Amino acid sequence: MHIRKILRHETILAVLTVIVLIVLSFQSDRFFTVDNLLNQGRLMTEVGLIAIMMTFVIATGGIDLSVGSIVGLTAILMGVFWKNLGMPLPAAMILAIISGTLAGFGNGVIITRFSVPPLIATLATLALYRGIAEGISQARSVRGYPDWFYVLGQGEFAGVPTQLWILLVVAVVSALVLGVTRIGRTVYAIGFNEVAARFSGLPVDRTKLAIYTASGFAAALAGVIFVSRVSTTRSDMGTGLELDAITAVVLGGTSIYGGRGTIAGTFIALVLIQGLKNGLSWPALREKEPSC
Amino acid sequence: MMVAEDNGSFGRRSATSRAGFFKKLYTEYGQEIVILGAIIVLLIVVGSYNPRFLSVRNLNTIFAGNAYIAVAAIGMSMVIITGHIDVSVGALIGVLATISGTIAVSGYPVWLAWLAPVVIGAAINMVVGILVAYARIPSIVVTLGMMSILRGGLISVTGGDWISGLPKSFMISQLKPFGVPAPIYFMVALTLLAAFWMRYSAFGRSLYAMGGNAEAARATGIPIERRTMIVFMIHGAFAGLATILFATQLQIIQSTVPPNLELTVITAAVIGGVSILGGTGTVIGSTFAAILFATIGSALIFTNVSAYWLRAVIGTLILVTVLVDVMRRRNKR
Repeated sequence: MHIRKILRHETILAVLTVIVLIVLSFQSDRFFTVDNLLNQGRLMTEVGLIAIMMTFVIATGGIDLSVGSIVGLTAILMGVFWKNLGMPLPAAMILAIISGTLAGFGNGVIITRFSVPPLIATLATLALYRGIAEGISQARSVRGYPDWFYVLGQGEFAGVPTQLWILLVVAVVSALVLGVTRIGRTVYAIGFNEVAARFSGLPVDRTKLAIYTASGFAAALAGVIFVSRVSTTRSDMGTGLELDAITAVVLGGTSIYGGRGTIAGTFIALVLIQGLKNGLSWPALREKEPSC
Repeated sequence: MMVAEDNGSFGRRSATSRAGFFKKLYTEYGQEIVILGAIIVLLIVVGSYNPRFLSVRNLNTIFAGNAYIAVAAIGMSMVIITGHIDVSVGALIGVLATISGTIAVSGYPVWLAWLAPVVIGAAINMVVGILVAYARIPSIVVTLGMMSILRGGLISVTGGDWISGLPKSFMISQLKPFGVPAPIYFMVALTLLAAFWMRYSAFGRSLYAMGGNAEAARATGIPIERRTMIVFMIHGAFAGLATILFATQLQIIQSTVPPNLELTVITAAVIGGVSILGGTGTVIGSTFAAILFATIGSALIFTNVSAYWLRAVIGTLILVTVLVDVMRRRNKR
């Protein structure tokens, strides 16, 4: 009964998405081309990675507002490690991702150890992490990365953008973890009734800690991909990304109170949002440039 | 997420009958006094390092330039105290500023350009209030959606163009009656008005009851749905007032708002002692918090610390405040 209810939301959303995509393809014959769709997948990856982990966070009844700031912090740290400290780029990438993951771990510690409500804890770290990124970068951007680095954000693998593969792997693994494993069940149990979950002997704090850490990791990964896609590092990267991700998760049927939600729903919602963003910008572009 | 917490205190009113005046003051306004103390310490320390920090001109800049954040935080505090949240206020201020500016340059009377943001702000938030109160959709979901609508609408209508050539009479923020910038009068008057209303009127008191324990409030006969809607409308009106202060500062109105303005406003409310769980806090605290942010920002400049560290300092401050608050509550139990 419960499962059926969830499926219904996603089915409706999927049908809606298909309708929107069809309507949009009538708006412009350039919308439904392989090139455009793959390119849209490229643009969707960063918010997608974050939204998938955000699904876990919101399914436990929490929220993570700091992810956009972690994107910026990771990007800046990578640039600084590489350019200013002279590290080899692969090492800088890994260290930056570790730092971003630690930032997520920090959120988890504040939320579980000190029982600060997630909204406030991550509101504070949103300011803090962005602040550290701004303070370190002093509004200087880092550019001039070696060519191989752009493979991640601008290259292709087997005809599909590299980062889209990463997104797909993360999505499939996350869907399995949330859908069929004990961890996933625990996530729903926490979101449904945290006190009951605790009394049932479920590792509530450990699970939450892991989820916020994973959220930080996803944001850090998105940050590195972002830098590779736009070829530059700036401290304001990822501003507002948290709200885009939350929008996708909520539209995808995850209850903001926790206990309900699937990765599939989030993914469909991501496609719908990206399709609308892209499809609705075509007519606007036509208006501005008649020759186009 | 917005779980109502029943801590038994009614707007932080737990003073004993015969306790000393200062003790009573501290138990009721502890957070406000701490923030005020922080502002004073900051002014003294930075002022002795660089006396120009305390010049009338700089103080005017600190207080007047950020008064709009304090005014917006008043409405936000009311919303949070009743157990809700609004993440769309930044986008709302952007939209209202554009509307107000458009009216001002189109040759309509100036009072209309001032009135419009207040009325339209209240009207837009009435929609939010209805969805939250009657349709029972969580406020974070409603306001997330509203934020997207407002932002998207703003960009598609203005196309990113700025409004310039605003009439001189429109510039209320640039007035200086008795040498004090007008926004400061607004900030002080609105804060006091709201503080008295929330403390001494039945409606104002009921905000705390609704945020503290909605079911108990309902049982005492408070019409929760209607009042929730009205609180959102009042919040919209305050956003409109904030817009007037914000839009009349400069000669141009950009079709964007300072990024993350909504978070700055929420942060001011939270630092000011408004518990995100609802039920406690005062608007005096949120105004002090807004002033504190502005003072820190200015202090960084006057101590030659790069202003780019501002957000890191504020973030640390929020974190410390929240952790102290959590510890204090834990000790109470």
